[in-house]
Amino acid sequence: MEKIAIVDYGMGNLHSVTKAFELVAEGRADVVLTADPAVVAAADKVVFPGQGAMPDCMRHLDESGLKAEVLKAASERPFLGICVGAQLLFARSEEGPTESLGVFPGEVVRFPPEKMHDAAGHKLKVPHMGWNEMFVKHAHPLWKGIADGERFYFVHSYHFAGADDIAVIESAYPYRFAAAVARDNIFAIQCHPEKSAGAGLQLLKNFVGWDGRQ
Amino acid sequence: MPLAKRIIPCLDVTAGRVVKGVNFVGLRDAGDPVEIAKKYDAQGADELTFLDITASSDDRDLILHVIDAVASQVFIPLTVGGGVRKVDDVRRLLNAGADKVSINTTAVSNPEVVEAAASRFGSQAIVVAIDAKAVDDTNTRWEIFTHGGRRPTGLDAVEWAVRMQQLGAGEILLTSMDRDGTKIGFNLPLTRAVSDAVDIPVIASGGVGNLQHLVDGVIDGHADAVLAASIFHFGEYTVRQAKEAMQRAGIEVRL
Repeated sequence: MEKIAIVDYGMGNLHSVTKAFELVAEGRADVVLTADPAVVAAADKVVFPGQGAMPDCMRHLDESGLKAEVLKAASERPFLGICVGAQLLFARSEEGPTESLGVFPGEVVRFPPEKMHDAAGHKLKVPHMGWNEMFVKHAHPLWKGIADGERFYFVHSYHFAGADDIAVIESAYPYRFAAAVARDNIFAIQCHPEKSAGAGLQLLKNFVGWDGRQ
Repeated sequence: MPLAKRIIPCLDVTAGRVVKGVNFVGLRDAGDPVEIAKKYDAQGADELTFLDITASSDDRDLILHVIDAVASQVFIPLTVGGGVRKVDDVRRLLNAGADKVSINTTAVSNPEVVEAAASRFGSQAIVVAIDAKAVDDTNTRWEIFTHGGRRPTGLDAVEWAVRMQQLGAGEILLTSMDRDGTKIGFNLPLTRAVSDAVDIPVIASGGVGNLQHLVDGVIDGHADAVLAASIFHFGEYTVRQAKEAMQRAGIEVRL
């Protein structure tokens, strides 16, 4: 049976992402939460989550011995980055001086305080926390069965930037930003599909059935 | 502005079961946490908050099983509070499947726990719960109470919320002690003062008796989310009805 590895490099709560994948795999795939590079190397698909501060995540990934296998998987197999796991795929982040993985050329920037108000002048809070709309910029197989404008659950203070050419889904807070990017076998999403009820589970289910082609 | 205002049902849990108070005295068993969580999820709840009101320390670990069971079947954000004293308590709740942990009394007695937990698990996982009461009839200054609202602290609620943000809290759960259980609506001046003073989201709590109160909490109280218990538990309203009422009032909701 196909094996899906969820990479555990010591950052954050992987309970929900594991349980959500177990639910949607419906026996079609073997879902393993793992800190073992050999298991990641042998997996058919790789899920790369992350929570907390990006520099901490990068440090944990470096120390875990998993970095090389994560990079290898991102270069060749269906690969799903979630939240800070998605952010780490970029070249750098305003959150810290640490270099990220550099799989994507853009960077990760903080919601700028001077822009955080709506059209009526009301303050917008950071972190961007809650359910926001997702708009399809470029159709992608992982978005099959998910309505344009569907809401997903976000919690983040930094977002992808300089990623126009790879943006597939956009959200707005208050300006449009890339909420999901994709290239070849990689799909990386800022929000939390494992916490986004039915629509989020649909995305994970699509990943289980994905062959890694756009 | 498309980010939805959130509606959060709150469930009191003791010894692994959801309970609800009747006339502020007796606690009645209200059922299995997983079944109740599923029901609210199906109604469109944006998040769920579990408050562990277990009195005996022997039974404290039962909440971990509750969270594990709920998080295995309900895929919306879960916040857990009640009795969180140490960074390790936060770690255990997050590992059990909580997305956020709410710190109340300990935030006052040991603010460094908030700072250490936010630094270790990220601000997104740390909620500071503030129980506040007006110091006089003008309802313009509010003092924080701890230990379930029994112990005054002399701390100003607005200043304290700002300090908690500086220590790394990602969200404030603000309960008005004056209003809790009264069903006459949120303390709107308090809610607005705290929400306007901080840059992080504020959840309004305490006093909801009807759907207009939820609307008022967002529009007049500037709350980012509204929490309620009894109006949902006793079947007076569904979460969906609450969202429809908010939408009619021009509030962005997830329907």
